[in-house]
Amino acid sequence: MLQITGLNLVLGGRPILHDVDLQVREAEIHSILGANGTGKSTLAAVVMGLTGYQPTSGRILFRGEEISALPISERARRGITLAWQEPARFEGLTIAEYLEISRQQAGNESPGAKECLAKVGLSPERYLRRAADATLSGGERRRVELSSVLAMRPKLVILDEPDSGIDALSIDHIVDVIRTFARNGTAVLLITHHEEVAAIADRSSSLCGGTILKTGDPAAIARFFRNHCQECPHVNEPIREEVDRA
Amino acid sequence: MPDYAAEFELIARAYEQSGGDPAGLIDKRFASLVVSHNRILHSNSIPGVRIEGEETPTGARARITVEPGTLVVHPVHLCFGVLPKEGLQEIISDFQVGEGAKVGFVAHCSFPNAVHVKHVMQATIRVDRGGQMEYSETHYHGPDGGVEVLPVAHIEVNEGGLYRSWFKLIQGTVGTLRLDYQAHLKKDAVCELDARVYGKKRDRISINESLFLDGENSRGLAKSRVVAADDCVSEVVGEAVGNAPNARGHVDCVEILKGPNARASAVPKLTVVNDRAKLTHEAAIGSVDKKQVETLMARGLSEEQAVDVVVRGMLR
Repeated sequence: MLQITGLNLVLGGRPILHDVDLQVREAEIHSILGANGTGKSTLAAVVMGLTGYQPTSGRILFRGEEISALPISERARRGITLAWQEPARFEGLTIAEYLEISRQQAGNESPGAKECLAKVGLSPERYLRRAADATLSGGERRRVELSSVLAMRPKLVILDEPDSGIDALSIDHIVDVIRTFARNGTAVLLITHHEEVAAIADRSSSLCGGTILKTGDPAAIARFFRNHCQECPHVNEPIREEVDRA
Repeated sequence: MPDYAAEFELIARAYEQSGGDPAGLIDKRFASLVVSHNRILHSNSIPGVRIEGEETPTGARARITVEPGTLVVHPVHLCFGVLPKEGLQEIISDFQVGEGAKVGFVAHCSFPNAVHVKHVMQATIRVDRGGQMEYSETHYHGPDGGVEVLPVAHIEVNEGGLYRSWFKLIQGTVGTLRLDYQAHLKKDAVCELDARVYGKKRDRISINESLFLDGENSRGLAKSRVVAADDCVSEVVGEAVGNAPNARGHVDCVEILKGPNARASAVPKLTVVNDRAKLTHEAAIGSVDKKQVETLMARGLSEEQAVDVVVRGMLR
């Protein structure tokens, strides 16, 4: 579904992504593990086509079509969306209206707004009329973001640390939502720090220094991350021999 | 002899265009006042709410009195406007909300055909001890922007009283707006001033909201939201003066520029006289927030649609 080949991104003269090769299959949950500052969110921004994140070189194919020159809206209309780690807040826009924007994109396939909110553990009665603004806590806003993705029914969603700032009890909800995406046929590119969240993936990749070190079984990648990346003395300077040995 | 009935019909239509429900203007349960240019077309008092109007050569004087202890169920409807292309309308009004009374006002000002119109609203507002008044004013303008709108209010909120106002000028093109509201708050009084304006073409927008927190524990908020598009120039001054212990004031201004020629400035003026008062402010000026726009684009909206959603939400 998503095929990234030889992707490079240079920002301000600094290489941020380096020869990234990554494939995400149809309805697959593919997690990306990496320490802070290794390029995970930047990769998400490049795939979504955010301003200032045009690749320097390389290809991004989505269902066989080159999308790297397309604006965000066009990528969204082809079925790609992104849930930000810190979602934007909208003064004067109710959560019902916010979800309706996603529902319009999905057309008849979209589940109802109430269903989407309930799925992320928010009471529709309490939240539909509230504004998607600064009065929501960080956790609430992130759940609303997930519900808006559910309403959109995309073909590929990039989730940038959807579990960030969510209490442990609510992690189960998030995991359940991610599984729902896959059940609905939505592929998930999942960026996370939580190993228990990453473990639900079908495949995982580890990212360091803006490049993919390894891709494979989530348990093996999690083990590699735990043993080599969490307390790594040379973050963003991967030693190829060490990676190959692991 | 002017045809008052025909003119009432026209001004009621303009009232409807500005978002008002014309039925509220003739419903006898609602206190109401309708002034077209310098003619009082309709006035209705109800028990506890007295409306006294007087025509002047350039507009009208209105004295609106809410008797102490009156809880007004339906909002008082006010309709002002100038229908011809040219004209001057000066509304001199005096609002008095008695002790413990509670009332809401819905005002609409319509200038659908204006090419050269001046509209002055000079209000004196007094909310007595424990009284509550809410005042919402919505403007409707045509496309030409030939109106000079000068709303001036001197507001006095007495002990434990509450005053809230919303000024909205979003539809059409105004021309010039110079809003100047000053509120003086006594002990435990609360006042919130909220202005939302969409300036277009060559509009000149000036908003001045001042809060004088004279009484202990008084609370005030001066909030403004302005979108300046095309060649519009906008200037917002939010002022708070803390004159009493435990007085709290906040100035909150957001201005969004649309287009390379629009200009905006924000001046927060905070003065603490009593060292136990606390004043805060926040101001943001710039283009529409990129993250907001990109979030909506990631849900399939075009950039133009996304900007429109953000702007409409902010001005709501």
